Amino acid sequence: MNVGLFIPCYVDQFYPGVAIATLQLLEKFGCRVTYPPGQTCCGQPMANSGYEHLSDSCSTLFVKNFSSFDYIVCPSGSCTLHIKDHLNDDASAANAGNIRKRIYELSEFMTDILKVEKLSACFPFKVGLHQSCHGQRGLYISQMSELVAEPFSKPGRLLQMVDGLELVSLGRSDECCGFGGTFCVAEEAVSVKMGKDRVDDHLKNKVEVITGADMSCLMHMEGILKRQKSTVRVMHIAEILTQW
Amino acid sequence: MVNHVSLSETFNKDEERVNWHDETLWWVRQKRDKAVWQIPEWEELRDMASQIKMNALSNLHDYLLQFEKNALANGMVVHWAADADEHNDIVYDILAKNKVERIVKSKSMLTEECHLNHFLAKKGIDVIDTDLGERIVQLAEEAPSHIVLPCIHKKKEEIGELFHRFLNTPEGNADPQFLTAAARIHLREKFMTRRVAITGVNFAIAETGEFVICTNEGNADMGAHLSDIHIACMGIEKLIPQREHLSVFLRLLARSATGQPVTTYSSHFVRPLPGQELHIVLVDNGRTRQLGRPDFRNSLKCIRCGACMNTCPVYRRSGGHSYHNAIAGPIGAILAPNLDMKEYADLPFASTLCGSCSNVCPVKIDIHQQLYKWRQVLTKEGHTPAAKTAAMKVMAGTLSRPAVYRFAGKAGRWFMRNIPWLTNNRFNPWYKQRDMPAPPKESFGDWYRKNKR
Repeated sequence: MNVGLFIPCYVDQFYPGVAIATLQLLEKFGCRVTYPPGQTCCGQPMANSGYEHLSDSCSTLFVKNFSSFDYIVCPSGSCTLHIKDHLNDDASAANAGNIRKRIYELSEFMTDILKVEKLSACFPFKVGLHQSCHGQRGLYISQMSELVAEPFSKPGRLLQMVDGLELVSLGRSDECCGFGGTFCVAEEAVSVKMGKDRVDDHLKNKVEVITGADMSCLMHMEGILKRQKSTVRVMHIAEILTQW
Repeated sequence: MVNHVSLSETFNKDEERVNWHDETLWWVRQKRDKAVWQIPEWEELRDMASQIKMNALSNLHDYLLQFEKNALANGMVVHWAADADEHNDIVYDILAKNKVERIVKSKSMLTEECHLNHFLAKKGIDVIDTDLGERIVQLAEEAPSHIVLPCIHKKKEEIGELFHRFLNTPEGNADPQFLTAAARIHLREKFMTRRVAITGVNFAIAETGEFVICTNEGNADMGAHLSDIHIACMGIEKLIPQREHLSVFLRLLARSATGQPVTTYSSHFVRPLPGQELHIVLVDNGRTRQLGRPDFRNSLKCIRCGACMNTCPVYRRSGGHSYHNAIAGPIGAILAPNLDMKEYADLPFASTLCGSCSNVCPVKIDIHQQLYKWRQVLTKEGHTPAAKTAAMKVMAGTLSRPAVYRFAGKAGRWFMRNIPWLTNNRFNPWYKQRDMPAPPKESFGDWYRKNKR
């Protein structure tokens, strides 16, 4: 299958390793992957700040870049959700609609479309999984603690397939880390406090690595960990699943 | 300027207190979780409640008239108030006509919304709030910080001090049971001597013309039953079509609010006691305007349980007063801009859009989606700062041109590597308490061009 690789702007600029790991994972499971070079951003930073109307040109660009694929895969639940919920392009509405249906976050693509049951990865560490809100409550890649419903977690299931990895349970299984896009600077005090509390939960449970399906939340928690001079690392789930 | 950003920054100066506030409310969220897991059909109940409310809102005109007709037949006096001022005037007129200057009032978020206490105080009326939490914030001359737990921001020691000052309890005594007993004695005298009681309304039933008040303390009942005149104030969205629908809402309300199976008192008021006057004031105050906004009308389904506040990671760490509105938290943030867009333009931005609020909401209001939509409305109506608009335009311009984006990214990373103080300084809100990510030499795009094409 032809997969278009959508790499969020901040991952492209700051975490190229996450994008490379995503590409390697998809190729390992038999996808023909193309990275359209003219891509930039899904437009979420503007839209979530109340400037949806300024994200039109990002949408047009997105549709131009990603119209020709069977699937579009992105290592971020948040950017995927934004495309799913808000991608519109008056000039090519049908293409935009198709993209909204065919875009997947990496871990749900692996479990739901590639039907991955086995990985040959090995990562002998204690790992805490941060459930990023948009992937969880928007894309339903994990069950939400608020609902009276069967628990499941697509990224959790993938991590369980990794040899040696010990998935640690947390005090609060799915509380927001406080990144929130421009919220992280606009509401700096609350954002940082939320991040510190989330990090503390992982530290209290003695994790060595914090992982998740959204690098933005991890970047925020990494900033806090580094300021605290902690030895705990953050790693995107793709970076763990490619430890083969 | 006073807004959520500045108020929550102040709240966060005392980190220990933030921890305590967060943990206290998280404990309530956990109690709620335990209670709702006892009900296998919980999600169905939420669905049903949502549908009943949608029906009520879609036919509000008819149900209101039906309610009025039945309430009049039951012997109530029915008043209609278009806004907060009319509501306050109606209440005052009843008091003035009966030459009453001292009253008791049980909890009513509507009267908070209308600033009734303040209005009556200026007219020389002495109002005693009889809900314990409300009485505490009243003594402290503060507003409630939570719709169900009005004084949740206060520690028991602070309440002990207040009671020492106002109710002559011994200095330094902060034993909750002792303080509650002192409040009981203090309030008992007010109940016995005051002729007029104001209450709120949780549900009004069109079919029967009765209304229901839910409390844990029984203070609404005590006030109403001992009064010569009972004035019940309600927003028009409190209406439900039939009495049997209560079986859905009463199961949802207390479990969502505090994790109790039901409120201690769920009292039905159908007709005045012999010799008593029973007034009901039906208040619009912006509700029909909200009903006219397709994106926001279902916010009127709210039954004021407060679950969205208890679960909100922002609310727990910013405190109810940071919302500078009678109703705080996520639900307050989608109701307030309807009352005054300019005044409350900051509130829809006081969220990470995590969506937990929508999931706990017993009537399934899509709160976080409405927060997103309010942001768009507020921006279009010109209620966001000019500097932010300018920055967003630059960002949009960069992100919509691949060559400009690549250049800006490369330049940005170069500066971060070579002149780090450009970003690592106190003017950068990210850097204040967080390190910047390490800027790599190569973006993924650069790598891909070299290695894959």
